[in-house]
Amino acid sequence: MSAAIAPEPVVDEPSGTPSGGKAKRVKKRLTSRTATFFAIVIAALWTIPTFGLFVSSFRPDTDIANSGWWTIVTNPSFTLDNYVAVFSESGASSASLGVYFINSIVITLPATVFPITLALMAAYAFAWIPFRGSSWLFVLVFALQIVPLQMALIPLLKIFNYPWLDIGGTFPAVWIAHTIFALPLEIFLLHNFISEIPRDVMEAAKVDGANHAQIFRRVVIPLSVPAIASVAIFQFLWVWNDLLVALVFSGGTVKTAPVTQRIAEFAGTRGNDWELLTAAAFVGTIVPLIVFFSLQRYFVRGLLAGSTKG
Amino acid sequence: MMTVHAGLVAGALRTEGFWTEQSPKLGFAAIAIVVFLAVMGLVMFLADNAPRKGRDVVQLLLFVLPAMLLLAAGMIWPALSTMWQSVTSKAGEFVGLDNFVTIFTDPTGQVVLRNTLLWVVFVPLISTVVGLAYALFIDRAKGERILKSLVFMPMAISFVGASIIWGFMYTYRSEGFPQIGLLNQILVWLGMSPYQFVETPPWNTFFLLVVMAWIQTGFAMVVLSAAIKGVPAEIVEAAELDGASAWERFLHVTLPWIRGSLVVVVTTITISTLKVFDIVRTMTGGQYNTSVVANEMYTRAFRLGQPEIGAALAVVLFILVLPIVIYNIRVLRQHKETH
Repeated sequence: MSAAIAPEPVVDEPSGTPSGGKAKRVKKRLTSRTATFFAIVIAALWTIPTFGLFVSSFRPDTDIANSGWWTIVTNPSFTLDNYVAVFSESGASSASLGVYFINSIVITLPATVFPITLALMAAYAFAWIPFRGSSWLFVLVFALQIVPLQMALIPLLKIFNYPWLDIGGTFPAVWIAHTIFALPLEIFLLHNFISEIPRDVMEAAKVDGANHAQIFRRVVIPLSVPAIASVAIFQFLWVWNDLLVALVFSGGTVKTAPVTQRIAEFAGTRGNDWELLTAAAFVGTIVPLIVFFSLQRYFVRGLLAGSTKG
Repeated sequence: MMTVHAGLVAGALRTEGFWTEQSPKLGFAAIAIVVFLAVMGLVMFLADNAPRKGRDVVQLLLFVLPAMLLLAAGMIWPALSTMWQSVTSKAGEFVGLDNFVTIFTDPTGQVVLRNTLLWVVFVPLISTVVGLAYALFIDRAKGERILKSLVFMPMAISFVGASIIWGFMYTYRSEGFPQIGLLNQILVWLGMSPYQFVETPPWNTFFLLVVMAWIQTGFAMVVLSAAIKGVPAEIVEAAELDGASAWERFLHVTLPWIRGSLVVVVTTITISTLKVFDIVRTMTGGQYNTSVVANEMYTRAFRLGQPEIGAALAVVLFILVLPIVIYNIRVLRQHKETH
């Protein structure tokens, strides 16, 4: 999520339990009630805001407007009306949230596939095709991570609006923008992974007469699947959750705008209609949450790789 | 009852030919991916069948050029162009540092800079301290995995979603009316008057940045937790035998050991905090004296039609990020040399 910048390894991932019995013993001895208590308090504090939103999205609108969500304990009543409301069309100006949901999918899938493919190829070249200026160019790509997105917005929008290109406000504009902004970090992360493939494996393939394109397909891609998965999850979540790139490049119409943009719009124009806001926010959050909970291992691994492992 | 409503949700999606209108978009995305992969396949084919003489050069170019061209056209050139724009007027004449002077002398601009400073100080501070404490606690707690997931979960939620979640926490109703925001309800329970968290400066900036801290704590916790697990048990046990208290062990054993990770956590969160724009934009739109550089940049460039001021703000952002990144790299270098 955060554009992590760290060139060298700092910590080792928890390396399983090398001496399982001993580790367990230590852990057991250290388990303390006070620690557990404070941990649970913090966990509760961190979870309550999300829980309140989730509960509220299922309460009738009059209840939401007149009582707090915690009153469900004494006065439970639930409905799906809010979800029906956000998914129905009420006039031309407010299309169903479903349309924006589709837009999010249409934006996110290509914007995840494109940069990873290009970054994989570039990363392979930097790692295994020796050429003059290779390390210099790689440092330049690495350094581009520090350029804030904001530096590129205005000129890139201008380029997209040139008469010979004229893609401002379309899906391809959003795809290309996301692809470009993702490349520096993805090339960097994948390079770290690919460059650690044992030299013997590469040499063996070369001896068999494989050229770079063949090695890339038959050796590098299959071996890089875990790294690709981590990077893909990050990019997917980043794009799905993005607001800035969408605002600038999607044009903001119902044809292209993603869910995040729609919810931000709701917050601005209908900031007091909590029955809509809670349901809409939950619709926008459900996909990242599913991805997060089902692929948490890859997510954490990618995070550690991006921020500390290098 | 619930099933009837579930039917209604599905029904809402079926109305007015929802799918006939939306499926072409999905088709478009699918075609785009297929075409893209086909083109990449063609690139591979060309690389495979390049003439033996100079094959390495051809392959190199085919592998590196697509990404490099995109970066040159989409990042390097735009960044340079933005730098140039920041020292020109709207009409395109060179004006030196006028735009920056405007930002730094304008009262709104000064509020923006002050707020940005508050964000940069407090978000990394809160998230790192809480994240570290939590990592230490759960290291000794039962149910570590679930506890980790709960605090880590906000990382998966969008900044927009988080803003709605917290906007709801902060909701204000006049005194005497039932409160629907949890925080104001707590104030009322404690016998105090409800408070307009988001609308009352100067503290509202603090309540906004708490949202970012809430998100980043999970990141700090996961990275630091991994680092803490890397501290060799023998050293901790030795310190314990020497009679070191838990606090002393933390201060003299754990802390030095995880120093590198701490730097990474603090700097990474600082950089994300500088760039984040969604929270301010969603919660206040920059009203009530809450704007920060990243939000102001968007507002000036794309809403108020002042691209030159927007460009200058983008450059300010870049200059703010630069030393942090350089520091980050230097500390990591030293860290590597000493280990």
